[in-house]
Amino acid sequence: MSGLSFAIPGGIGAVLAGLMFVLLRGDRRSVVDTIVHVALAAVTAVFLGYLASRAIDNPGGFLEILVGGLLSGVLYSLVALGFVLIFKASGVFNYAQGAMVLVAGLALVRSLDYLTGLGVANIVAIPLAILFSGAVMALCAFVIEKWVLRPLLNQDGLTLFMSTIGATFVLEGLAQMVFGSGVYPLRLFPTDAWILGEGMFPGGILVNKLDVWGGLIAAILVVALAAFFQYTKTGRALRAVADDHAAAQSVGIPISWIWFIVWLVAGIVALVAATVWGTKLGVQFSIVFLALKALPVLIIGGFTSVPGAIVGGLIVGAGEKLAEIYLGELIGGGIEYWFAYVLALAVLLVRPQGLYGEKIIERI
Amino acid sequence: MTVATAGTPTKPNIVEVNNIEVIYDHVILVLKGVSLNVPQGGIVAILGANGAGKTTTLRSISNLLKAERGEVTKGSITFKGERIDSLTPNELVKRGCIQVMEGRHCFGHLTIEENLLTGAFTRRDGRAAIAASLERVYAYFPRLKERRTSQAGYTSGGEQQMCAIGRALMANPTMVLLDEPSMGLAPQIVEQIFEIVKDINAKDGVSFLLAEQNTNMALKYATYGYILESGRVVLDGEASALRDNADVKEFYLGTGGGGERRSFRDVKHYKRRKRWLA
Repeated sequence: MSGLSFAIPGGIGAVLAGLMFVLLRGDRRSVVDTIVHVALAAVTAVFLGYLASRAIDNPGGFLEILVGGLLSGVLYSLVALGFVLIFKASGVFNYAQGAMVLVAGLALVRSLDYLTGLGVANIVAIPLAILFSGAVMALCAFVIEKWVLRPLLNQDGLTLFMSTIGATFVLEGLAQMVFGSGVYPLRLFPTDAWILGEGMFPGGILVNKLDVWGGLIAAILVVALAAFFQYTKTGRALRAVADDHAAAQSVGIPISWIWFIVWLVAGIVALVAATVWGTKLGVQFSIVFLALKALPVLIIGGFTSVPGAIVGGLIVGAGEKLAEIYLGELIGGGIEYWFAYVLALAVLLVRPQGLYGEKIIERI
Repeated sequence: MTVATAGTPTKPNIVEVNNIEVIYDHVILVLKGVSLNVPQGGIVAILGANGAGKTTTLRSISNLLKAERGEVTKGSITFKGERIDSLTPNELVKRGCIQVMEGRHCFGHLTIEENLLTGAFTRRDGRAAIAASLERVYAYFPRLKERRTSQAGYTSGGEQQMCAIGRALMANPTMVLLDEPSMGLAPQIVEQIFEIVKDINAKDGVSFLLAEQNTNMALKYATYGYILESGRVVLDGEASALRDNADVKEFYLGTGGGGERRSFRDVKHYKRRKRWLA
């Protein structure tokens, strides 16, 4: 337990270094700003130093927690990705993303249950169920574009945000009315674990197979999305709309069609997130609270950046698991539930646009 | 008032704007009865100061007005003889009428070549035809070919203007509405861009309707001009006639005259509403 003795001198060093840096730069920031920045730097240094010392004590255990955290962070990234896509292309902060994950999950699990109930073999039933839930997401995208967004074209961002809150309630209510409101287990992926590197570390590293599957699928999805955005005509048009609505309209790109496509893509991302989360926890109402976890991820990564959503998710996933285990020993458990928000708050203080966000320049 | 009769038009008009009135946000009256014609294969200039209604006129033709909460409340607009008042910009681009917006509006995160390709979004005639158009645009704007892989946001103002015009050409238009191509550019670059516009007009027979503040340059390249002042056409005529008109010289070209008269409003009250058309 040499952790603290290692971290505290490191923290003091960071405070001094930070102070010197701020003083030498001669920035005309307020004193409060300076104190906050230095304090944050110190806390981060202490935390990282402490983690490093614990990692040296027991590398196998540390690695296990880190890998598990990163892989579960992938799921946060997936939900955040849906937000970013819509925010970039239409400037709408889509509160309904969590509800869309719920709709997708319920449509998938209930249609799958129905098909297997009829005695259809899994190999046929799974693709059919995925197709069906894809169609449900397309319907969602169509309805939202036509009856929520189009009448509000050129309205204020806050108005659009409010309308997506409304859409959230409608989606949640409708989905539970149509598909039921219980907890439905989904078994698409194996849920047991691998034990790796037994020769290297005592006891080896336990890696959850589901998490690996989740990471793999997320990686495939991100690559597919990147290719779609980069190399297809529609993808190019999507990027054009994200850059400049008016100019996109002037060259004849139909905005409403593009918005439909964006919401459809976000719906498919939601479907992918739902399959993995559903396997982990069962498809149930609490899945909408996922959307709340995506918020700190977005603040950390930046609202307009796809890489930001991914990195933000990984940071949150790994950070909260490491804090839970190592910090939990010192100050008590339950850190997992608030760590992401505190981290987001810290990022807001230092870099309000997020790690990868575009700097917001507002002319007054 | 027409300074010199253009004679009976020999070519059919590709765009006819008849006495339109445009209101923004249901309250702000911007165009108070504007009529103008663009002959097939012509270059027509709309001239006037800030806020005269040049951009609004172009937007009401290309139907980008709705995005700005504007509305054509009176009059009619035809393109190739067809009423286009209720068409979307997408449908208009498909029919061959495209606007190049004021202030260039390139897609900053896309490369120059990607910018150009977005212009071909509405086309359904296959990759080979689009590739041929791309080569044609590069032939008009060799500078764009050099910069084809750089992000448009990092190119110069002149290159962005070329990119915006090239992007519009990628849609294979017969009519280009060009909004202030000279804005914020060095005189040399402006000249270069106007030369290319003239070239495109001569070689491909694309008609241009040009909104400009740079009266001198516009009248040098246009065949016909309309002068707008606070939402009304106060004068129109052949470009050469406008150039020689004493009032135009004084108000817009900055040559001759005493100085106390600044605009047509101080001279006399022109009424150019074609009441018999409305």
